[in-house]
This record gives sequence, structure tokens and C-alpha cells, in this order.
Amino acid sequence: MKSPKVWTAMTAGAVVLSLGLSACGGGDDGDGEGGSAATKFDAGSNGIVNPSDKKGGVLRMGMSDDFDSTDPGDTYYAFGNNFVRLYSRTLMTYTSKPGADSNKPSPDLAEAAGVPSDGNKTWTFKLKKGLKYEDGSEIKAEHIKYAVARTYDRGVLSHGPAYFPQLLDAGDYKGPYKNKNLDDFKGIETPDDYTVVFKLKDPFPEFNELVTFSGQTAPVPPDKDKGAQYRLHPLSSGPYKWEGDYQPKKGGVLVRNENWDASTDPNRKALPDRIEITAGLEANEVDNRLLNGQLHVDLPGSGVQDAARQKILTDPKLKANADNPYAGFHWYVPISTVNIPNVECRKAIVYAADRDAMWRAYGGDVGGERSTSIQPPIIAGRQKGTDLYTSTAAGYKGDVNKAKEALQACGQPNGFSTTMVYRSDRPKEKAVAEALEQSLGKAGIKLTLKGYPAGTYTAEQFGSPSFVKKEKIGLGTYGWAADWPTGYGYLQAISDGKAIVPAGNSNPSELDDPEINKMWNDVVKLDDAAQREAIYNQIDQKIREKAAILPNVYAKSLLYRPQTLANVYFHAGFGMYDYANLGVTG
Amino acid sequence: MIAFIVRRLLSAVVLMFIITAVTFGIFFLVPKAAGVSEDDLAARFAGKSPTPEALAQVKERLSLDEPLPVQYGRFVKAIVAGDSYDTGVSEVECSAPCLGYSFRTSTPVLDEILDRAPVTLSLAVGAAVIWVIVGVSIGVLSALRRGSLFDRAAMAVALAGVSLPVFFTGLLSLAFIVHAWGLLPSVDYKPLTQDPAAWASSLILPWITLAFLYAAMYARLTRAGMLETMNEDYIRTARAKGLPERTVVTKHGLRAALTPLLTIFGLDFGLLVGGAVLTERAFSLKGLGQLSLDGVIQSDLPVVLGVVLFAALFVVLANLVVDVLYGVVDPRVRHS
Amino acid sequence: MGDKRPAETLDGTPVTMAEGSPPPTAFLEVRDLRIHFPTDDGLVKSVDGLSFRLERGRTLGIVGESGSGKSVTSLGILGLHNRRNAKVSGEIWLDGQELVGASPEEVRRLRGRRMAMIFQDPLSSMHPFYTVGDQIIEAYRVHNDVSKKVARKHAVDMLGRVGIPKPERRVDDYPHQFSGGMRQRAMIAMALSCDPELLIADEPTTALDVTVQAQILDLIRDLQEEFNSAIIMITHDLGVVAELSDDILVMYAGRSVEQASVQDAFHRPLHPYTWGLLGSMPRLDRERSERLLPIKGTPPSLINVPAGCAFSPRCAYAELNEGRSETERPELAEVEPGHRVACHLPLERRRQIWETEILPKL
Ligand SMILES: Nc1ncnc2c1ncn2[C@@H]1O[C@H](COP(=O)(O)OP(=O)(O)O)[C@@H](O)[C@H]1O
Ligand code: SF4
Ligand SMILES: [Mg+2]
Repeated sequence: MKSPKVWTAMTAGAVVLSLGLSACGGGDDGDGEGGSAATKFDAGSNGIVNPSDKKGGVLRMGMSDDFDSTDPGDTYYAFGNNFVRLYSRTLMTYTSKPGADSNKPSPDLAEAAGVPSDGNKTWTFKLKKGLKYEDGSEIKAEHIKYAVARTYDRGVLSHGPAYFPQLLDAGDYKGPYKNKNLDDFKGIETPDDYTVVFKLKDPFPEFNELVTFSGQTAPVPPDKDKGAQYRLHPLSSGPYKWEGDYQPKKGGVLVRNENWDASTDPNRKALPDRIEITAGLEANEVDNRLLNGQLHVDLPGSGVQDAARQKILTDPKLKANADNPYAGFHWYVPISTVNIPNVECRKAIVYAADRDAMWRAYGGDVGGERSTSIQPPIIAGRQKGTDLYTSTAAGYKGDVNKAKEALQACGQPNGFSTTMVYRSDRPKEKAVAEALEQSLGKAGIKLTLKGYPAGTYTAEQFGSPSFVKKEKIGLGTYGWAADWPTGYGYLQAISDGKAIVPAGNSNPSELDDPEINKMWNDVVKLDDAAQREAIYNQIDQKIREKAAILPNVYAKSLLYRPQTLANVYFHAGFGMYDYANLGVTG
Repeated sequence: MIAFIVRRLLSAVVLMFIITAVTFGIFFLVPKAAGVSEDDLAARFAGKSPTPEALAQVKERLSLDEPLPVQYGRFVKAIVAGDSYDTGVSEVECSAPCLGYSFRTSTPVLDEILDRAPVTLSLAVGAAVIWVIVGVSIGVLSALRRGSLFDRAAMAVALAGVSLPVFFTGLLSLAFIVHAWGLLPSVDYKPLTQDPAAWASSLILPWITLAFLYAAMYARLTRAGMLETMNEDYIRTARAKGLPERTVVTKHGLRAALTPLLTIFGLDFGLLVGGAVLTERAFSLKGLGQLSLDGVIQSDLPVVLGVVLFAALFVVLANLVVDVLYGVVDPRVRHS
Repeated sequence: MGDKRPAETLDGTPVTMAEGSPPPTAFLEVRDLRIHFPTDDGLVKSVDGLSFRLERGRTLGIVGESGSGKSVTSLGILGLHNRRNAKVSGEIWLDGQELVGASPEEVRRLRGRRMAMIFQDPLSSMHPFYTVGDQIIEAYRVHNDVSKKVARKHAVDMLGRVGIPKPERRVDDYPHQFSGGMRQRAMIAMALSCDPELLIADEPTTALDVTVQAQILDLIRDLQEEFNSAIIMITHDLGVVAELSDDILVMYAGRSVEQASVQDAFHRPLHPYTWGLLGSMPRLDRERSERLLPIKGTPPSLINVPAGCAFSPRCAYAELNEGRSETERPELAEVEPGHRVACHLPLERRRQIWETEILPKL
């Protein structure tokens, strides 16, 4: 028997081959129709491809996996938050525009952005009047309060973000499933049916951004809540509603919600009449169907598989239908401040790293860009910064001499040994680990590589401080994307000492630096976004000064848009196409 | 015969409890031995960067904080007496035999299984029909023309069939036959009861792919069995009676040669109904195999247990049917 | 196979091997039969120049150690060797019809009807999945165009004839429901269902215990009287032959070394190998442990048959022939009317050895 690796390679090869054949038949027919000018590679990254206001048609979306949840209060994935906009309106939502503007919060159920008072500790939102659910009943302030209250029960709604329980001043409120009396939930006040007032424990200046990024302020009428089963048919407040129930791991169908009023909603064009979702497709099958037009959208929005990628990049016709935007992820390498406490030793690692090989591991230009700052380019106010202990110059292979000097300063002139972990089922991360093993070895830093399955890696291995300590893990591959595109949204969870948790820890460096912690404490008191951004950039710089993170690559994804897909543009807030504004032609 | 069936069913029940206990144990004890804590397990169900409080709530909801025997006891009790599950708002009744409740999909596991069983069953039955007909015919012809060009070619193809993984042949056939050449429609399962033609045309490729593997195996088995049988004394007797060769082969040879295949078929078919994981994955078919694979990947223990139990039931049932059939085919078994 | 030695028949008339030689007058006549199996190890000469004759109503006993080619011979007569892995040459005449050169289909139509066979192990020789009755019915109907009902009645009759009690009930039993002896009776019933003129019984009693053995032999004798068939009784047990046969053919390494009437074979055997067989024969009036003269050594490989006399490596008298035993193959020669032996030892010497050395010890 051949090894699984060989078979995988053979399969990939065969699929590439077949895609080549399919291209001959499938590629041409779109050119004549649609009326729009011929599209260019990456045209959707900064502008609208195939702009359209034409209603009608069936939009088909597919994915190889499934949503974490279709309950707007219980999804965390960016594509989930993007998708629930089709049937859920929230207090605020992202602006639906191509380019950098899409990062900005825009009122949705609210008339205007939330107004802070009490030194950013109280946030008040006024609702538009006359908004309705799919059943014709009216959307009320209390329903939003209830929706937020639900997110307190992490047993029933375990997937979604947990910002509200952390920020709101609600004592030890346990959620509406354990305590049926909503009046006991003091974190939100609803003085009337159209006013929602959030009461925070501490000042939090980016509350509008927080409310924008997730579906957790989508209203839920308490008498319609089905707890854990609400996800099967969340009551629609948006342009579409579920036809029947969503079937987890299989899919479902969205049809128009006649009770949605387009005039109140500038952010959703809602062009197709019907949207069909298929979950659980084999990953290459998703690409195949995308390339032959059977599917319009690969829901997770993280780009095509290797087989299709090769095909698209080598065929100009296909390539013209692809975009290569920043995906929002930064693939970097956290260095454990616990197992390598001496900053000089950490610096030695950064000095010795072969950035060229690490970048190539992600596929070169199409895979991403060599990174300087920790924050990726789509973060508002992010500064590119300058290279610290490393270089983004093309072909930079690391600096062994500087690394040895740092080792000297660290008191380990002969180098040291440590363990590097990576996700064994991600060949790119494995290649990064191997590149580092090579280049660090030249400076005398001996790496032992260990791979773990992606399914448990961030929860149980690299994401578990006790595991990291026990296994003496010095560094590992990692990737991070912001919950919302500000410096806070990106950096806080990976650099604030408070963010360190026993499992699923997103700060694997375990950076718990008094200076940085203080900056996090203080920055939330600043009202001015520009001032805050300046601090974020300082924190970014500090993380690198402390050599807690070795930067690598700002990820770029390769997204394919079939020619029958209209009104397509990359949305920086979600890091993929804007699903609420897609249309179909033909 | 009745007593025999009852006895077999009883031992099947015992067997299934052992299987579930083992699955249960593997699920909890193996990760534990590998250093995975309850917190880690809970973290698989919680979102990004869960707080300790969030983990505690997940653990409580999934009963991860209870001792293993208690958890297993509840699982068994639910099968016998049913159970109910809290969605937060209300209790969802799960009547006996309740196989538990998936926390990933918020659905009773049995509902999921029953929803998906027709897919796997369709796949298995169709493929079985093809592989039995094709595999046995080729095996018989090969045996009768042992050493001929046909025999050697057939066995070479069979060797390929046995050694190529079905995921590989599946993706390959999909890539070429569906996507490159458009000879067959995409594999989008339609229930038989809704549209028989669509059902068949959407499954034909998975059938052939899966059948290829088994047909290869069965051709080899049939050939070997046939060669052995045709050397039996009673075949010589049949010839000594002056029976035409055709009668000797079919009536005397084939029947005896195929009987041992029945056992293998029962086992293969039973296992397949429990989920043709690779085939379902390759063709994006939402059957039991896919369900159990998702269950394992997502640490959704009730789903894994449910499918394992269901699969075990089918293997046991298939074996029972085989044993009964065996009695019909082979009088020696009937009388012992 | 180029050596054209004159072969001889039981009654002494030499048989020429030329093609187109006249059909014989005997009911069954085998002329220079050779059955060779090409194998990976070499050519197995299981039968290598065998000739004999048999008349209706007579019984020929073929004896010899196991591996001497007895079964291969009988299967050869019935045409049951696979043409692909067995090379059969020579002539087999059954009632004026030559079988070696006949088409497989012609031979098939004779099988079961004019010539039939009883096999050694009745359990493995009957199909386990079909009732005894069905198997007899099948044998009958393949050659007789009758209804199932008639055939069934015939099967019940046959079972009754071979001494199976309550045949109308046992007819629906499966072979495994029969005892060993009953099975062999059923096997005989099946073989006799079409009244064959030639019956070959290949060690019909080897698998049975002594009392049942005797019953089966009695049955065969009775049936022969009834049907007047010619019988070939194959065995490695001289006792069985003594009881049943008219003539004896002693086989060694695929050839016959002595052919004689039963009286001659037992009272005046003239081949050292036959003496050995007699010596190793258990006798009822003697304890088993006292059994004399077991033949030394093992039968030769049929791929490399010893040059000269095939028996020479095991023969106590081989040195008495000035090396001829090791170099020259002894031909079957008639020493007395109807008594032929293949041995280089001078006839008188053999008679003397028999009288003085062998007989007293038996
Ligand atoms: N089909 C065959 N292929 C090769 N050798 C065979 C075959 N059938 C029989 N023989 C050999 O021929 C010899 C005689 O066999 P057989 O006639 O069965 O002996 P016996 O006298 O015991 O009945 C044995 O050595 C046996 O191995
Ligand atoms: S020919 Fe020689 S070896 Fe053969 S039996 Fe006679 S005496 Fe013995
Ligand atoms: Mg024999």
C-alpha cells in the first residue's frame, strides 16, 4: 500500500488534470452575456464586478463544512456573521461598500450609531420604528435585550463571542434559560420599545464596532426562542427567511421575507429571489462546482483548494474571474514567553528566521505578503511599521550573526533546544516549521518539530498553557484575524495578559507584560479613534520588540467568482465577498 | 430455528452494549491518557478564547463534569427508557430507543440517523447489486478459464480494484466523468420515493466506484472458491454421473462455491450500511458514514455512539440473516 | 513414450498398439494405457503402459499400494481426467467403442449409463446441499427421459435394493444424515441407477468399519449377480480382492507386475511385490502385531521411476540378477496360462523362494 501522502498527491494531481479538461468547455460561455466589461484578475478586491440592481434568480452557496451555528446569536465565524445578514438585522452592521469603507459601522435596526455617555460606560441606541419580523410582528427594544441576555448562557449558545457577558454590568446574571425574569438582567435597559441602553462595567470606546461585527444584537422575541434549537429557524428580520428549517450539515433554502422593508435598509440589496445552501460537500467538489458555475459562492470565503488554485493561476480566462484580497489573517509564529523567558533568546529566533522560505511556504505572491506589523493591512489605522530583528526584503534568509550575538546576550552562546508545534494537516504550516528548523539550526537553535491535528490544535495543544508548559513548546505556527477591524479587535486577544485562558487560548506567547497590559487598560478610556489607533500601533511595536511574535505573512485568499455572479466585491469587514448584496445573472 | 434467532438476538444485544462501552471508553479515556482535560474537550464546543466560566457551562451542559459510569449509565437508560433534553427553553422529548442528542446540531441522534440511513442504504444496495453480479460472473469465468488471457486480465484489474482507495477512484471519476466530460450529472442525492430516475442517475457513479472495489474483491474470492470447489469429490461424482458440464458448474459447483461468500457479503453489507465513509466523503453524500466522520471530527460523542450502535446493529442483523440463509442453503447447518 | 514394447492382455494374446487395430472381442479392453501429468516438478507418469481385459459378469481386482495409479486408471476409463492437465494415450475399448479418441460428449453420454463408479469416500463424494434422492434422481434423469415422479420412484426402489430401510422416507434425507455405511449404499444405488454394464468401485470400503465393509461387499456381489455387470474392484487390501474377484491385477508404479486368477495369485504368486502384499495382509486368524514382512521402503516417485525394475530399490532379490534388475525393465510374460509376471528372476527360482521362504511365514 502506498502512504496516505502519496495518495493525496495523486488525487490532487488527478483533480488538477481534470480541471484542465473542464476549463476547455466551461470557460467560454460567460464572456458574451452579462453585458459588463470583461473582468480583470483581482477586480473584485477594490471594486464591484458585474454591478447590478436586477432582482431575481437563484443564488447557490455551498461549503465543505458547516456553520458553527445559523443562530445569529451563536455564530463566531466571519462567514457566519456575513451570512446571517441575509435574515437577521442587528443594531449596527458593516457598511456595504467595496474597499476600505466597508469597515465602518452603519446603523441597521438603529436610527444612528450608538451614543456614549458616562465616559463610554453607557451606550444608547434608538431603533427605527415599524420594523417587522417575517411573521409581521414588530421588532421591539426588549427583543434585543433578550437576544443579548441569551448570549450569557454559554452552555446553550456556546459558539458565539462572549463580549457582552464580559463587558456589561450585569452582576452574576446567568441568562434567560436559568432565570426567566428578564428584569433581573441589568446590563441592558429598555426605557421604551425603541430605546436600548447598554450599561458597561468599564469604559469601552469601540462599542459600535463590537455591536457591528456579530449577529448577537439581532432581535429574538422571547416567545419565539427555542434555545439550542432556535438555530434551525431563527425568526427573520432581514430580507430573507428560512423555507422550513435549516438542516445542519446538509443545508437549507432562503426565500424572500415580504415583511422586510428595503427602504429602511441601505446595506442589503437582496437581489436573488431564492438562496440555496448546501453544506457538507467534498472540498474539491466545491471548487469544481464553482468553476463550472453550478455553485456561485464558496461560503467560508477562505479561497479555493490547491488543485483549483493551480488551475486558476495558470489559465488566464479563469484567473480573470478570481480575486486575491487580503483575507484578514496574519499567519505568524508566537514565541512562548514562558518557556523562553529571556527576550534575547527570543530575538535570536527572530533574527535567524528565514523569512523568504516562510513566505514561500504560503505560496509566494498569491499566498500573501511578508509582514512587518502584527496587525494586517485591513485593520483601520494600522501602520506598516518597520522591520524589527528581521527583514521583509525579497530573498531575506535570516541573519545568523545577529542571531548569535543575541544568543551571546542571552547567555546561551551555543544556542539552545526547544520544541516547535504546527498543524500536521496543514502542509503550509509544516513547511514553515521545517524552514525554521533549518534556518534556526544554523544559529545553533535546535528545533524539535511536532504536529497536531488542526481540530484540537488551538484548543488543546498550542491553545493550552498547561500543555505548552508541559511539552516545553517554544514556538508554533498560528493565524489570527480580528473580530472587528480595529487594533483593539485584532491585538487585544493576542497580547493582553487578561486574555490568557486555560483552553482555547489565543495568546500562545502568553505575553503578560505590565507595560502592554497598562496600555490596554488606558486605551479604552480614549474617545478619539485616531488616538487609540496610535496606541494600538505602539502595542504592535512592543509585541515585536519583546520578540513575542515572529511575523510571517499577511494572508491573501484566492476567491473565485463565477461569471453568473453579479454585484460582487470584496468586503474588508468580513474578509470575503459581501453576501447580502450578491446577485445572479442568466 | 426460532430459538436460534432469539439466542442470536440476545447475544447481539450484549455485543452492542460492549461495543458502545468500548466506544465510550475510547472517546473519553484515550484523549485523557493523551493528556486532554475536560476543559480541552469543552473548548472544542466553545467559541474562540472561551473564559473559564464559559467552559464550566459547556461542561455542565454536556455532562462532562460527571463520572464516566454515570454518563454511560444515562446513555444506556435513554436507549431503554427514553430521555429528554433541555434546549434552554423547553424539554425535547426523545422517546426510547433514544440514542442521545447531538449538541452540535441540537437534534436527537436517532432522527439524524434515520434521516441519513436511506442515503447510505441506497448507496449500499445499489453497489451490492452491481458488485455481486459483476464480481461473481467475472470470478466464475476466470476460474473456468483459469490461466487464459481473460483470467489474467480480469485478475490484474481486480488487483488494481482491491488496492486503489475508493476516495481516490471516487474523486477521479467525479473529476473526469462529471466535471470534465459531463457524462453524468453531479452527485446530488434525491430520495427514491421522490424521483426514482433522479435517484438512480445521481447515485450511479458512487455505485460504480464503490462496486469496483468490492467487485474486484468478490471476483477474486469467487475465483478462488470456484477453483477449490471444482476440485471437490462431489464435482467428480457429478461428472461421473454423466451430467453435462454446464449443470456440473452451475448446479453443483457455483452453489457450493458461493455459499461461503454469503458470510463475507453479510459482513461487508452490514458494515457498509453502517456508513461508507470514504465513498460518502468523496461524493459529498450525506449518509451515515459522513455523519460519523463529522461526529468524530467535531467530538460529538452522542452522534458517534449512535452511528456505531446503528452500524453494529446492522452488522449483527446482516449476520443473522446470513446465518438463517446459510441454513436454507446448507442443510448441514440447518440440522446441526 | 517411443518404446513400442508388445503389451499383452490377461488371457495372453499380445496386443499391438498400432492405430486402427481391430476392435477386440472382450467387453472391456485396455491397451497400453498411459496417463501422464505435466507438473512444475516434472512429468508424473501415473499410469505407464497398462493393458488388461474384462468380460461381463466378471470381477477384476486391482491391488497395489496407494499411489500406484489405481484411481488414475479408473478415472481414465471413465474419461474424467481434465484434458488440459492430463495426457492420456493408448486405447480403451468398451463393448467395441474406443473411448480415448472419442469426443468428450460421447464419453459423457456413456458415463453413468453404461459405466459407473463408486468412490472411496461417500461423504465427500456426495453433494452436501442436495438430498440423496435428488442426487439419484439426477443421475437417472440425465440418461432417461422420465418425469420427476417416475425418477423418484426409481430412486426409492434403488435405495430399497441396496438395503436402506424405509427408503421412501430416507430418500429426502441429506447425505450427512446417513451413516457411513448407508451413505456408501446410497452411493452404490446412485451408481447402479442406470443399470451400468461396467462398474468401477474405487476402494468402496476403505472408509468403513469392518462389519459394514463386509455388508457392502456382499451387496456388490449380489448386485453383480443380479445385473451381470463387469466390475473393477480397486483396493489396496488383498482380502477384499480375495473375497470378490475372479482375476487380480497387481499394480506397481503405474504398471502391472502380475496378473492372474485369484487362485493363482494367492496360492502361487510369482512376483516379489505380490509376496510383499500378501505378507502385509492382515489375517483374521492372527494378531495384528504378528503381521509378517511389511514391504520395506516407500513407493517410488512417479516422476523419476527407477531404471530397470521399478521395484528394485525395495526388492530383496534384486541382486540375484547380475544387475539386470537395475538396468533392464522386466516385461510382463506369461508363465502359466492366464498368469503373467514381470520379473527378471528365473521362474524356477521364484517358485522355490515362494515355497521355501515366503509361504511358510505367511
Ligand atoms: N492430477 C494429477 N496431477 C499430478 N499427479 C497426479 C494427479 N492425479 C494423480 N496423480 C499422481 O498419480 C499417482 C497415482 O495416483 P492414484 O491413482 O490416486 O493412486 P492410487 O493407486 O492410490 O489410487 C500419485 O502419485 C498421484 O500423486
Ligand atoms: S525384476 Fe528384480 S527387482 Fe524386480 S521384482 Fe524381480 S527380482 Fe525384484
Ligand atoms: Mg486411490
